[in-house]
Amino acid sequence: MLELQSYQTILLEGAWLTVQVALLSLLLAIFLGLLGALAKLSHSTILKGIATLYTTAIRGIPDLILMLLIFFGGQMLVNDLSYRLNGWLNEVAMHFIPTHQWSAFLPDYIDISPYFAGIITIGFIFGAYMAETFRGAIMSVEKGQLEAATAYGMNRYKIFTRVMFPQMMRHALPGIGNNWLVLLKTTALVSIIGLQDMVKIAGDAAGSTQKPFTFYLAVAFIYLFFTSVSTTFLKWAERKYTIRTR
Amino acid sequence: MTIPTLSIRNLHKSFANHEVLKGIDLDAHKGDVISILGASGSGKSTLLRCVNLLETPTSGDIWVNGELIQMKQDKKRGAIPVSSKQVERIRSRLAMVFQGFNLWSHMTVIENVIEAPVHVLAVPKKEAIAKAEAILQRVGLYEKKDYFPGQLSGGQQQRVAIARALAVEPDVMLFDEPTSALDPELVGEVLNVMHGLADEGRTMLVVTHEMSFARDVSSKVLFLHQGLVEEEGKPEIVFKNPSSERFKKFISSVY
Ligand SMILES: Nc1ncnc2c1ncn2[C@@H]1O[C@H](COP(=O)(O)OP(=O)(O)OP(=O)(O)O)[C@@H](O)[C@H]1O
Ligand SMILES: [Mg+2]
Repeated sequence: MLELQSYQTILLEGAWLTVQVALLSLLLAIFLGLLGALAKLSHSTILKGIATLYTTAIRGIPDLILMLLIFFGGQMLVNDLSYRLNGWLNEVAMHFIPTHQWSAFLPDYIDISPYFAGIITIGFIFGAYMAETFRGAIMSVEKGQLEAATAYGMNRYKIFTRVMFPQMMRHALPGIGNNWLVLLKTTALVSIIGLQDMVKIAGDAAGSTQKPFTFYLAVAFIYLFFTSVSTTFLKWAERKYTIRTR
Repeated sequence: MTIPTLSIRNLHKSFANHEVLKGIDLDAHKGDVISILGASGSGKSTLLRCVNLLETPTSGDIWVNGELIQMKQDKKRGAIPVSSKQVERIRSRLAMVFQGFNLWSHMTVIENVIEAPVHVLAVPKKEAIAKAEAILQRVGLYEKKDYFPGQLSGGQQQRVAIARALAVEPDVMLFDEPTSALDPELVGEVLNVMHGLADEGRTMLVVTHEMSFARDVSSKVLFLHQGLVEEEGKPEIVFKNPSSERFKKFISSVY
């Protein structure tokens, strides 16, 4: 227990990082999910195709592999891009100034932070699941509800914000809740790409103190605490939305 | 003659290859109550829905208060409105009452009634609420103003829907079989409200199967058959001496 106390502050900092990563990923996932759902329900074959590719790929590949792919692939992509951009900028410079010497306009090596890589990956993964949730929720809104909004002169934006969104949310809320719980737990994966979240910190502490069980149990309890708080909040939100109907 | 509140000329509407409306003309002046009759599938709803562009007419002209709804030809989609702004503005002047009520189920009665005034017509909320309360008084539902639509009977919901329509002070009210989804004992309360509206000079287009309403309340009757106006005129004339054999059959079958 003494070990735990000496790591308390840093462990709690890690927990705070976990919460940040989870909440920002959730925002991204909701945004991508809405886009994905609208694309799937659109009349454009191209949009539908892209959205289907997205959700099929995500569902068929393990989260861990996706995380590594996006982290390392993203790294490669960014560096490749900056290398090419440098080459191109140098050529332009050479064209105008014959005496120009090759120089790095952009840094040769850009490090993607595990923080953003984690948020992007998790947001990207759960965006696909959210897309399914939102698609079902959008389809469950009665046509007559939207038709009434149209008939009273609302524009597309008003129809979405005043009628479509509030009505789809009450169908989407349980799905969003489930996705959130899984998302929260998936943040544990970010430790693999080096983010100092509570899992990584617990792992390091376990190594140096030779007390892995103590530290992982502490992390388990923190996760359990987060998920319990979430569940309570979700129950409250769902109740709030159902009372409004009937 | 004054400008008609609503004027329709040579209106055609096809779904794929199926021509539903084959050239309809209609004028509604201020205070006219026009009943639109016809067998199922004759195109009554389609006509009403073309007026506020819930359906896009294939061809023909619609004027509201002398303003022509501008249409253009699109290569892929056929006829489409030139300006969605114009269409939205005109829709906000035409209030529709649906067969299935279509009240917004996530809003209370009063929220339903102030929604279009506040969020489409930009009426200040306080003002809209005061007016909505007066309208709800008049349709006899002030006590239910904080209920949700799902908590009301069909007849009450339809009266709220009429209140919602009145709240935008529409130039024309469009009713599509407002009583057809109601239990027989609830039809009367809705017809009473509509009768009151007709008496105070509202301009109304009413698709209905209620012959008593068509005969006793409306100022004009329009009988559609296979996408064309088969009979039209003042109810006291067309019901007594129908010129069309089909209309004669139709009224005798409904009575
Ligand atoms: N969105 C649509 N797509 C294809 N066909 C349609 C559509 N809406 C209506 N129709 C067809 O147009 C014809 C007229 O329909 P409409 O709903 O206008 O008839 P109605 O006179 O209102 O009938 P009812 O009394 O049953 O309501 C019908 O044959 C119907 O199948
Ligand atoms: Mg109909």
